[in-house]
Amino acid sequence: MTTRMFGEPIPRREDPRLVAGNGRYLDDLGEDAVGVAFVRSPYAHARVVDVDVTAALDVDGLIAIYTYEDLDGRVAEPLPLLIPHPALRAPRTGYPLARDAVRHVGEAVVMVVATDRYVAEDVVERIRVHYEPLPVVVGIEAALRAERSVHPDVPDNVAAHLVQEVGDARAAIAAAPHRLRLDLDIERSASMPMEGKGVYARWDAADRSLRVYSSTQTSTSLRFALGAKLGIPVDRVEVVTPDVGGGFGVKIVHPWPEEVLVPWAAIRLGRPVKWVEDRREHFISSAHERGQRHTVEVGFDDEGRLHGLDVEFAHDNGAYTPYGIIVPVITSTQLLGPYKPGAYRVEFRSVYTNTVQVTPYRGAGRPQGVFAMERTMDAVAAHLGLDRALVRERNFIQPDEMPYDHGLIFQDGRPLIYDSGDYPAMLEKVKKLVGWDGFAAYREQARAEGRRVGIGLACYVEGTGVGPYEGAHVRVETTGEVVVATGLTSQGQGHDTVFAQIAAAELGVPVERVTVVTGDTRRFKYAVGTFASRAAVMSGNAVALAARKVRAKALRIAGEALEADAGDLEIVEGEVRVKGTPQVGIPLKTVAVLANPLRYAFDEETQRATQFVVGGGVDRPPVEEDDEPGLEATDYYSPLRSTFAAGAHAAVVETDPETAETKVLRYCVVHDCGRLINPRIVEGQIHGGVAQGVGGALYERIVYDGDGQLLNASYMDFLIPYASEVPVVETDHLQTPSPLNPLGVKGAGEAGVIPGAAVLAAAIEDAEGIRIHRMPISPAELWQLRQEAER
Amino acid sequence: MPEQEIDVALTVNGTPRTARVPARRLLSDCLRHDLGYTGTHVGCEHGVCGACTVLVDGQPMRSCLLFAVSVDGAKVTTVEGCRAPDGGLGPVQQAFQDCHGLQCGFCTPGFVTTITAYLRENPAPTEAQAREAIGGNLCRCTGYQNIVASVLRAAELLDRVDQA
Repeated sequence: MTTRMFGEPIPRREDPRLVAGNGRYLDDLGEDAVGVAFVRSPYAHARVVDVDVTAALDVDGLIAIYTYEDLDGRVAEPLPLLIPHPALRAPRTGYPLARDAVRHVGEAVVMVVATDRYVAEDVVERIRVHYEPLPVVVGIEAALRAERSVHPDVPDNVAAHLVQEVGDARAAIAAAPHRLRLDLDIERSASMPMEGKGVYARWDAADRSLRVYSSTQTSTSLRFALGAKLGIPVDRVEVVTPDVGGGFGVKIVHPWPEEVLVPWAAIRLGRPVKWVEDRREHFISSAHERGQRHTVEVGFDDEGRLHGLDVEFAHDNGAYTPYGIIVPVITSTQLLGPYKPGAYRVEFRSVYTNTVQVTPYRGAGRPQGVFAMERTMDAVAAHLGLDRALVRERNFIQPDEMPYDHGLIFQDGRPLIYDSGDYPAMLEKVKKLVGWDGFAAYREQARAEGRRVGIGLACYVEGTGVGPYEGAHVRVETTGEVVVATGLTSQGQGHDTVFAQIAAAELGVPVERVTVVTGDTRRFKYAVGTFASRAAVMSGNAVALAARKVRAKALRIAGEALEADAGDLEIVEGEVRVKGTPQVGIPLKTVAVLANPLRYAFDEETQRATQFVVGGGVDRPPVEEDDEPGLEATDYYSPLRSTFAAGAHAAVVETDPETAETKVLRYCVVHDCGRLINPRIVEGQIHGGVAQGVGGALYERIVYDGDGQLLNASYMDFLIPYASEVPVVETDHLQTPSPLNPLGVKGAGEAGVIPGAAVLAAAIEDAEGIRIHRMPISPAELWQLRQEAER
Repeated sequence: MPEQEIDVALTVNGTPRTARVPARRLLSDCLRHDLGYTGTHVGCEHGVCGACTVLVDGQPMRSCLLFAVSVDGAKVTTVEGCRAPDGGLGPVQQAFQDCHGLQCGFCTPGFVTTITAYLRENPAPTEAQAREAIGGNLCRCTGYQNIVASVLRAAELLDRVDQA
């Protein structure tokens, strides 16, 4: 056994199960459940006039068909608005099944339950829905023109309008020696986890209890939502998250229509019901992100220092706003990155379109903001003929200015105050890693050989670890095993490993003796969820705090047993010892036995804790007033505000003079997420994020036609990069601990994706000498830009 | 009218198995839901992602694009069958843990089967060849870098097994 602790790149504890095919994902459960399929709208906007099921009724294996008319109680009400915001003046959410109208292709209209999914799809094919098509709104332009509306009572299509301003930005820009204006576009993309959504529900009629399994990023919050929707006391509802095949944001939304309908049907039918989303359903009925259009005005001096920045942008939120306006709020605040903008004004409109709803996808509005800011930095440098790195450096917030208050309100409703960071050091590291200073010579040499190469740079700051809280329960069993439970969920981040490392380090036990449970409301009921690069910060610190309580209790009990002062004790390899006298000690498992005074023993070990065996005084109760039985503790971590991670990416690309294809030759990342719990896992997170950044910059886009049909709703047509498209990522770390939390950690989950579009746009621009103002950019589009540049 | 069902006999991971399935039953569904080999995952159901890849008579194939009845009599190897003879992790599986070649693990079974077949034919790939070998499978978590490393590591482990 090895005592491997915090900061070590240990192999993941979840892997032996997963690599051997022994994972338990949603569709691996519930073999006895009946199947579900949905009739989904083929129209982007239509009135639902009539549903005719006549032809479907004689399908062998049909169990039930439900339309909106069948829904009852709160299930018939609109789905919840999860995050209200004062600026969200016209929030709208859908119904579990379309009520009178459908507002995007893919909206569920009819639910079919049958013996299995094959039969359910047979039934779906035979159901005739009569639609009356309505005018369609697709794209930000059309939404803002407001000639047609998505919701009849929102005629201007504007869901939200928000302005934040620090200083008088317009005046500062007007007075600045230089001014520039940029018009920028980022298109739609999507999380696209390899496993779609899925729900499996069992109702125990005799026990009047409901168990729901869902491939979700938040089991605790889903539990409360289901209790409310279904009118069942939450104590009778359990939500369990099995292994989840990726989330990337889309699975934080809840309750999805299917998450309400599947348990509702299970109760109604008195039998287990399961729905597993297929890939097309995921494309047309889950969520997308990214689509924004920005106008940036910037005023700056001869040195390239910003005096004022004025950003107006429009955000396409699709047909509904269940997740509020978190994405554009993040864009508007995180756009600033590591820079001081001078006076800053940002204004956005979040608009409705007849497309799939928009909710956070890894990065959650940051890639768009960083694209706007970094394109601005490059434009300033180009305007003044200055080195792009130098301009960035001149605008950096300096380490001695930390904590730095931007004067804005962040996505958690709290002030946007950076806690720590060393941006100049970060830039220096990435310049060295990529060979920034020597690149001009390489570019010229390549040009002489008829090759086009370019280099780009992009920096970002990411608010991570948003509240309100997470908690953890840590228990030492009488076997010496340590069990950690935390409420947030896992989708591949390696929580079983990193939370075990934290508990092992705090308790002085081998990491092999620690097991971790996440996302199971039977084990931990209060939690928020896994999103916003928050798990390591939030649950990581909660695990540490709970483990510290357990440690203190272990030392106290051991001190009594060893007749030693608790302050003289330490825990090494699962044994409480007197410091400097390692032969005097007591195993932690024995302490666990002693922590629970017993009347009844259940084995030889526990006989030691029974009333006639335990000695000591009879003038105190066996469990003191302020104590509890068991060597266990629960604690919560609730931060004052977010902690801010940062990074700098540099990329070298080559563009083909003939085909205009872009190849990423090098991709360098310098990343600062404070103290690293497991460097191997952090690097893995960065690699995966970069792949999504490259995808978003060069390949992935969700394409709607003017009628609101999603044209590329398959993996054939939506181009997720394969190994052949993703570059090798070269990484270097900087560790600026967060002063805000006990472990000094910052989040790492989203970092890799955030500057992807910005850094590749910069590199392509450098290779081509053509302004790049929209992403993604395909070979055809780059070729088109070349043609325009030649004219 | 009830669907006609057909008997299918497969040898899965060395064990003879039979199932009675409709003609349209996909091999992926037959393996997962009729025979209980849930290690095989379904990511797209149109043959692009490769998560459902199994070996049919030794050749990697997309089980979501095959009907179970169309491979009647075949020998099928799933990820569960890529274990070491002693029941521990097989070399490809071990390599994925050694190199952090997985995160959520959903695509992993398709990579493990694909790489198992590839290394039989190409026991000592270069890094570029290793990248090419996994070029038909999608992963949304890892960025592939550590999967490429896993291919090379698996080749190393297999070489060690061969020499022992």
